[in-house]
Amino acid sequence: MMTPRDLFATAARALRINPLRSALTALGVIIGVASVVAMVALGQGAQKQIQASISSLGSNLLIIVPGSANQGGVRGAPGSFNSLTLADAEAIEREVAGVAAVAPSQRGSAQIVAQGANWNTRIEGVTPSYLAARDWGVASGRFFDDRETRQARKVAVIGATVARELFPNSDPVGERVRISGGAYEIIGVLDAKGQSGFGQDQDDIVLAPLQTVKRRVSGRQGRANTVSQISVKAESEDILAQVQEDAATLLRQRHRIGEGDTDDFTVQNLSSIAETMQQTTQVFTGLLAGIAAVSLLVGGIGIMNIMLVSVTERTREIGLRKALGARKADILRQFGLEAIVLSLAGGFVGLIVGALAAWGITSAMGLPLTVGLMSAAVALVFSAFVGVAFGSFPAWRAAQLDPIEALRRE
Amino acid sequence: MSAAPLIEARDLVKTYIMGDEEVHALAGVTFTIPHGGYAAVIGPSGSGKSTLMNIIGGLDTPGGGALVINGADLGALDDAGLAGFRNRTIGFVFQSFNLLPRLTALENVELPMMYAGVAPAERRLRAGALLDRVGLGQRKTHRPTQLSGGQQQRVAIARALACRPALLLADEPTGALDTATTEEILRLFADLNAEGVTILIVTHEMDVARATHRIIEMRDGRIVADNPVPHHRAVPQGALT
Ligand SMILES: Nc1ncnc2c1ncn2[C@@H]1O[C@H](COP(=O)(O)OP(=O)(O)OP(=O)(O)O)[C@@H](O)[C@H]1O
Ligand SMILES: [Mg+2]
Repeated sequence: MMTPRDLFATAARALRINPLRSALTALGVIIGVASVVAMVALGQGAQKQIQASISSLGSNLLIIVPGSANQGGVRGAPGSFNSLTLADAEAIEREVAGVAAVAPSQRGSAQIVAQGANWNTRIEGVTPSYLAARDWGVASGRFFDDRETRQARKVAVIGATVARELFPNSDPVGERVRISGGAYEIIGVLDAKGQSGFGQDQDDIVLAPLQTVKRRVSGRQGRANTVSQISVKAESEDILAQVQEDAATLLRQRHRIGEGDTDDFTVQNLSSIAETMQQTTQVFTGLLAGIAAVSLLVGGIGIMNIMLVSVTERTREIGLRKALGARKADILRQFGLEAIVLSLAGGFVGLIVGALAAWGITSAMGLPLTVGLMSAAVALVFSAFVGVAFGSFPAWRAAQLDPIEALRRE
Repeated sequence: MSAAPLIEARDLVKTYIMGDEEVHALAGVTFTIPHGGYAAVIGPSGSGKSTLMNIIGGLDTPGGGALVINGADLGALDDAGLAGFRNRTIGFVFQSFNLLPRLTALENVELPMMYAGVAPAERRLRAGALLDRVGLGQRKTHRPTQLSGGQQQRVAIARALACRPALLLADEPTGALDTATTEEILRLFADLNAEGVTILIVTHEMDVARATHRIIEMRDGRIVADNPVPHHRAVPQGALT
């Protein structure tokens, strides 16, 4: 009966006899574990990223846009383009309980020119409540107030990207720019928000008073009351679904949409969008990890293959050990442990390689890195399991060898 | 204990079936060896000498008959029991030495003690003493390839003695050695026997057989002669069974 210490020393010695072969055998497991670790880290990074960027849009946020989602977007019914009005926004603020902020906005695109430089960007006509609805703030300068909004003053607050592009070396606050031919004064710069979960640079934006944009940029003077979007912020996450329900009901009443008729607006719940995206990435991560696990399986088969070769090569040694007093259990453990050491070493190296790969990929893609203790532990347990699963058969074959037959073999 | 012989073999049979033909490697072998005996088994090639040794050593199982060694009925032992028997009761010396080439002389001698569960420090100490004993004190860290045939066989003998066996079995231990080295090995065996180790060797050489106390001759799987060696007439009491 061998002690664990002797067993381990014997296995380690056997693996050192042919280091190249041991290394190549472990390589299968290294690749398998590394790809599992990297894929899981990548998936978790993507999920974190989505979560972070969704919440950067604003928490507890509902976004109401014209057109029915069922009809495949705003192209649906004629006139649905203009179905949302300022009055709708006011009604929601007035009549829906649990609303923290309501911000109607009008979207357009424009070219900004400043001191010879120009920049194409998104321009959003908003009211002061937009900042509250979107959890946004002003980094320098100030935001426009209700009076400036009502008076359709030509003032603008620019996003961090626009500020960087147009005023790389100076403070933009107080500068004058031209937007769609009109002269505007920049009164503030927004906090930087980064990319949204949809891959959009949220800082590439200019905010101006709603009426100013409607009259001068998007050119819809004819229907001065319509807006392209209403942002609604609920007081808490618990009542978000209720607020969504109430706002939809209210709009249906106001737009005189009967039961069974199609809505001419869509209420988007960002957290439910986020959830869907999370689920998608989860499935995707699972799929990738599954494919990676297949390579771990192939690595296991490699171990089995080499262990079978090794048992054949060392038949005489096995016979001798039995003649000297090794029991079947001793031989079984000796060869089983060799397989486990091989795959555990592979798992350990694979973990490091996988973590490095995950670090490389995530930093190249700008994702947050997460190689959790959990996935490290799972990788090691899994590779030990591979060693046991694929090492048992060769070890069993070795243990069954008849000592006389084995000693006679050359 | 001292009344019972160390080896008691009755009607041992071993038959190999090769196609249609039956080969009777052992065709009914009965004999006893007392504690402290020193005997040689001789006979032409294929007469069943190795088969007998392997069965006595617990490496092979007989097809029939009974075998009791040192009080243990070999037919009744399971795998673990047989392994323990090979480990502690028997010391086996092979014609081709059978040392593990990757291990040093010392480590080769330690091997049986590892299976016996002897602690590493004591193992090392005992293996060192055994190598001193067989005259290889200066070669402890040599590997088998760095040793001559005679030296390798002495390492193998030290290994066979590692767990203080009651019985030393040697199948043509000098078959691969020259005369001078053979003499050294025989002197070692004589010393060991004088210290009480029972020894059974298989040999082709009459000189080697005559160095023991008793010669058992086999032919076609049977014992055809069993005589004490004249100089040692007085020693083996069980010689004429
Ligand atoms: N595994 C086996 N399968 C078939 N026949 C065998 C086997 N082992 C031994 N034999 C046969 O049994 C007989 C006895 O063999 P054994 O090896 O015991 O002879 P031996 O006396 O040791 O011969 P030698 O002096 O050549 O070593 C021989 O006829 C041999 O062919
Ligand atoms: Mg033989």
